[in-house]
Amino acid sequence: MKSAAVVPDFRYTPVIDQVGVEERVARFSSRSIKKESKVQGLKLALSMIDLTTLEGKDTEGRVRQMCYKAAHLHDVLPGLPTVAAVCVYPTHVKTAKDALKGTGIKVASVATAFPSGNATLDVKIADTKFAVESGADEIDMVIARGEFLRGNYSFVFDEIAAVKEACGKARLKVILETGELSTLDNVRRASDIAIYAGADFIKTSTGKIQPAATMPVTLVMLDAIKDYYYQTGTMIGMKPAGGISTAKLALQYLVMLYETLGSKWMTNQWFRFGASSLANDILMQLAKEAHGVYQSPDYFSKD
Amino acid sequence: MATQKKEGPRLDFFSDWKYSPAPESKEHIRLNKKYDLFINGKWQKPTGSKYFATHNPATEEKLAEVADAGEKDVDAAVQAARSAYEKTWRKMPGRERGKYIYRIARMIQERARELSVIETMDGGKSIRESRDIDVPLAASHFFYYAGWADKLDYAFPNRKPTPLGVAGQIIPWNFPLLMAAWKIAPALACGNTVVLKPAETTPLTALKLAEIIQDSGLPDGVVNIITGAGKTGAAIVNHPHVNKVAFTGSTDVGRIIQKAVAGTAKRVTLELGGKAANIIFEDAAIDQAVEGIVNGIYFNQGHVCCAGSRLFVQEGVADLVIRKLKDRMETLIVGDPLDKNTDVGAINSKQQLQVITNYIQIGKEGGAEFYQSSCELPKKGYFVRPTLFLNVSQSHRIVQEEIFGPVLAVQTFRTIEEVIEKANNIPYGLSAGVWTDKGSKIFNLTGKLRAGVIWANTYNKFDPTSPFGGYKESGFGREGGVHGLLPYLSL
Repeated sequence: MKSAAVVPDFRYTPVIDQVGVEERVARFSSRSIKKESKVQGLKLALSMIDLTTLEGKDTEGRVRQMCYKAAHLHDVLPGLPTVAAVCVYPTHVKTAKDALKGTGIKVASVATAFPSGNATLDVKIADTKFAVESGADEIDMVIARGEFLRGNYSFVFDEIAAVKEACGKARLKVILETGELSTLDNVRRASDIAIYAGADFIKTSTGKIQPAATMPVTLVMLDAIKDYYYQTGTMIGMKPAGGISTAKLALQYLVMLYETLGSKWMTNQWFRFGASSLANDILMQLAKEAHGVYQSPDYFSKD
Repeated sequence: MATQKKEGPRLDFFSDWKYSPAPESKEHIRLNKKYDLFINGKWQKPTGSKYFATHNPATEEKLAEVADAGEKDVDAAVQAARSAYEKTWRKMPGRERGKYIYRIARMIQERARELSVIETMDGGKSIRESRDIDVPLAASHFFYYAGWADKLDYAFPNRKPTPLGVAGQIIPWNFPLLMAAWKIAPALACGNTVVLKPAETTPLTALKLAEIIQDSGLPDGVVNIITGAGKTGAAIVNHPHVNKVAFTGSTDVGRIIQKAVAGTAKRVTLELGGKAANIIFEDAAIDQAVEGIVNGIYFNQGHVCCAGSRLFVQEGVADLVIRKLKDRMETLIVGDPLDKNTDVGAINSKQQLQVITNYIQIGKEGGAEFYQSSCELPKKGYFVRPTLFLNVSQSHRIVQEEIFGPVLAVQTFRTIEEVIEKANNIPYGLSAGVWTDKGSKIFNLTGKLRAGVIWANTYNKFDPTSPFGGYKESGFGREGGVHGLLPYLSL
């Protein structure tokens, strides 16, 4: 648990040099991950996925199908993990919770007027409480980007703290929607605000805005987590979401995670991929490692 | 963060997830068992019939034997260069010279894979560096100077630039192919002919370059590449028909050369040692600065004359920077240079390994706080773990002398005046690094630091368009850019 004594001092939030960040990311991306390390990394990445469906047209049937897929990714290949969680709208939490009973897979729910976050605090709290009462283990909230960008940092901080309180035992992921924050300096400042206000995880994007997760943005957030850990000894989780759809890219993220935060973060308790199509690309790679040839996408079920 | 004093929790990098070996293939390279001297466009046996071996410092295996050029061979090479200069090269229009240089550049690109693998095998540097830095930069130096060949009149308006004659060039072992490119490309562009001697521990890529030059159809004798040790180099420097000496290497040898050419009409440029200050201010982008420290000192195992071997950290962020640096050092992969994931390769030679271990011993005995990353080293070959010395004084030998290895000496400072004074208080003046978010501070420092190259918020960046060279014991003369033409022309 975080101690109440930790008071953020944002004067010490470091500046970010974008050129340097991009160079560092290029180094991560040039690591060559082959053979056993590839298989091991891909299985780890699978186990870190928050399998997501966040569409207006979602149906109960579709959510149930996705939950089955979450627990049975590709039964033809033995020894596969399940994904970490499924991520749905609050109205589908109950369906997902029932469908996942006994699997150990968590139910995450977006809340707080996702994806825009443009609602009053009362509405956001009610949204959060509804999701938690329906059985959500994790809440993915969005920050008020409008208030953040006009410099109203205490508003953003207080709102996150209030939602955290409404979460009760559910873990809180705070979505910064970095695609709207425009600079890496803003990403870093928003990360610090979210972490100090009570986030258990910080998350890049809703997936509804482009660009969604990128490696430079994720690296800046990982560095914020590292600084907080240095300062307090408390671990914060990281979830890049949106735009990570290939196994190769997922491995590059894992390299970045490992070389930035070390082995303690290499579990789905501290790192997640928010993705819908990543799982099948990883399965395709794993099947290739097992059989030596690539199979058509039609050999892997979509939901 | 800035007020942080206590050493808090450290990160842990001992995961089950280890990167599997990813060695670059050696299948496609062609290496002869024996190399002769490349004189007058042909491969010629050394008159003394003596050869010496060159080894892979990562495995201690013999790679090839190369000829040991004696005085007669040097004479033959200089005569060939002289006659090529008089008969063809000086008379050839600049645009024609440019065509040959462009062709060499393209051929380096075409054979980039082979060159980078051989560079790594012969010198010990990681394949990542030879593939992404050395070989592409060597090609771009030829491209850049090829462009100048027919534009010399525009580089120096209202002057009549004319070539000097025969350039004797002696290059070091830390960037063998790249240094050959730095030397040969401007010399040819300006209309000079060349006798080049690579270092005795890393002659192979220069000899591969000789093959490229032969294949390029460059007129015979315009570039001659001969191998040997110090004696061969001395014979080049002392040869009466050499008009220009260009040397990159140690300050001690630089002094000898300076004495040898005194009283002659020979022009000379020297690019010698360094002991650069890398200065981190409190307002710097800290994580990127830590990356810059690593890049400054552990790039090419620290075998870099402009390496950021003296770190100055402003006291408010010193604890944080050191802690981040130590964690970052744990993630550096030290080992097989041919592995694509290796960050720090092998020390170039047994002698250099001894020099470095000797300095580490001196640092320990001097009472400085010693730290090394905990990585395992290969059983065979010459390797040193990335090393730090904390709480050193300006008067420590490891602060004053060039180590030429992965050893960083760390000092803290409080005021700008203090750091400028300390940074300049050294016999060298090749390069420096400044890390701050404030542009005005950068320009203030670049005016006051006595160093030829100053990087701001980055380190060890090279580009053919940018001049490179030093002050004081780091030598004189500039290579790269328009400035790099001057040493090869008389105006």
